[in-house]
Amino acid sequence: MTERSSSPDVTSAATPTVGEATTGAISRRTLVRSAGVLAGAAISAPLLRAAIAQSPASTTLAPVSSPVAPLDASTVPGFPSTALSARASFEAPALAPTGVTTGASFSPLQDLTGTITPSDLHFQRHHNGIPIIDPARYSLTIHGLVARPVSFSLEELKRFPAVTRVHFIDCAGNGRTAYRAPRPDLTPQMIDGLTSNAEWTGVLVSTLLREAGVERSGDWVLAEGGDAARLSRSVPMSKMLDDALVAYAQNGEPVRLANGYPARLIVPGYEGNMNIKWLRRLEVIDQPNMSRDETAKYTDPLPNGTSRQFSFVMDAKSIITSPAYPNRLTSAGWWPVSGIAWTGRGRITRVDVSTNGGRTWSAAELLGPVSPHAHARFQLMWNWDGRPAVLLSRAVDETGYVQPTLAEYRKARGPGTDYHFNSIRSWNVGGDGTVTFGG
Amino acid sequence: MRALRAAMTRPPSALTLLLLAMATSACESKSEQRSATSAAASVQTRQPSSFGLGHAPTAGQLAAIDIDVNPAGIGLPAGEGTASTGAAIYAQKCALCHGPRGEGQGPYPRLIGRVPAPGFAFASDVKAPRTIGNYWPYATTVYDYVRRTMPFNAPGSLTSTETYALVAYLLSENGIVPATAVMNAKTLPAVQMPARPHFVPDDRERGTSVR
Repeated sequence: MTERSSSPDVTSAATPTVGEATTGAISRRTLVRSAGVLAGAAISAPLLRAAIAQSPASTTLAPVSSPVAPLDASTVPGFPSTALSARASFEAPALAPTGVTTGASFSPLQDLTGTITPSDLHFQRHHNGIPIIDPARYSLTIHGLVARPVSFSLEELKRFPAVTRVHFIDCAGNGRTAYRAPRPDLTPQMIDGLTSNAEWTGVLVSTLLREAGVERSGDWVLAEGGDAARLSRSVPMSKMLDDALVAYAQNGEPVRLANGYPARLIVPGYEGNMNIKWLRRLEVIDQPNMSRDETAKYTDPLPNGTSRQFSFVMDAKSIITSPAYPNRLTSAGWWPVSGIAWTGRGRITRVDVSTNGGRTWSAAELLGPVSPHAHARFQLMWNWDGRPAVLLSRAVDETGYVQPTLAEYRKARGPGTDYHFNSIRSWNVGGDGTVTFGG
Repeated sequence: MRALRAAMTRPPSALTLLLLAMATSACESKSEQRSATSAAASVQTRQPSSFGLGHAPTAGQLAAIDIDVNPAGIGLPAGEGTASTGAAIYAQKCALCHGPRGEGQGPYPRLIGRVPAPGFAFASDVKAPRTIGNYWPYATTVYDYVRRTMPFNAPGSLTSTETYALVAYLLSENGIVPATAVMNAKTLPAVQMPARPHFVPDDRERGTSVR
């Protein structure tokens, strides 16, 4: 449903010839009139750029950042067109960065609506800084247990048939602070801000592996980044062939620097750490590499004295993002209880919301089509009577998995667990309308 | 050329299909148009066995990036080292962050120590440090990770000999190998790590169970 794929074929090879010959004869007036039709044609872009360049508006910079608004905006002309579209100066959503080179930046979930995370607000996690990689010198190498080791330039990656898919990425450590050190003044950003959801465009890993020719013993693939952490993870071949992709675009433009520019791995539904950014090689191997991040890290010690390894899939999870701290209910009456839910096992099928601490539950509305391995936005209209209340959300996915309570989760994992924190989150609503995190 | 390549990778636009139809309508029959249209639609799902893109990396290009080491020792280079030489390298290149005795500080993790010794109680003990000695299941991972990432301000700068020496030092200080042990491509994969028996594969399920 959210997927659009295309394949190169005989017809597209002929496209430029036909397009150039014909479009060249079209007058500017015709071009402008049929701009909508032409938008998809490659040749139209330079001509439109030329037209735009003649306009003085193209040199105008973004509006001033101070929030100055006329009393009646309908009585004075507005500002001219701009080269980049700025946020309204009244809005200031921002990532919360930890500011170190082994750092993270938390996405402001309480400021977001819908499901797509704007690219400049997508969460970040890096293990030795954000590298700057020259796209002209970038290459992705596929080697190991293959018939033909092969390296692709970025330009070549873009010549393969593309797929476009909406997927969440969720850091396996997301929710650690809320679990280990819950405080009433935690925002959705600080609780679960290490997840984001974007439209990714790239080439399927299966397409690339086919070029190299995987040998029969190739059961795993080691993915490695070209950053200073040379982050490496072993991914099962079955997952790579199923739906993994090498993405070079995020929400319609090149992947942002911190999100893996110029190309990254997307392993839908698997823990964020496996979605290797700045991807430089895929090595087909016969057994997992046992890299640090699949042994010493990203494993789950259990109360029975074992440690769970290869816990790749992110269990279903949800969080109410509004109302939530620091925002408050300003009056009694109707309010939407809204949030996001996601699961590594496919689609979210239901989100239940309770306004009385879990005594009773109501199925929330899921807004828009729900995509597999993507954030779903839920909403329940709530008529607040002005008295204290406890808000909860509980996600259910297509496999029937139900997001556990905090008590269930703690019993299963213990207080010292380090990843995959997916217990139900609660918000305490005070009689004065304040909303605070309840654990 | 770049624009041409970009255009070639795109699916035929509505305009292209329209132009194709216009071009063919003047001289071809309706049935020919239909067959042209259906051909254009059907090839969308057809892919060649190879797109013929990319080039074979040279041995040198592969060697520069093929840096991983697996538990069988595949990927370990020639060379060897011992704890005594490793101690000097540690003091010079590692102690600033990880502490003079591998005790860790701030964001830099503790490297040495077997506490808590019995029980593998990491789930119940929030404060239990996970060290190479008590939590890392494979000795080869130490080589892989040190070569891959350390020192933090100059990853990739250690020689094979230096890396073997550091690994020997870290394993020795954790009481896993004797202080005199020589670490090389043959001995390192044979080292048994205390944490190894505790690791189990993912057993979580769909449905309502919480694990």
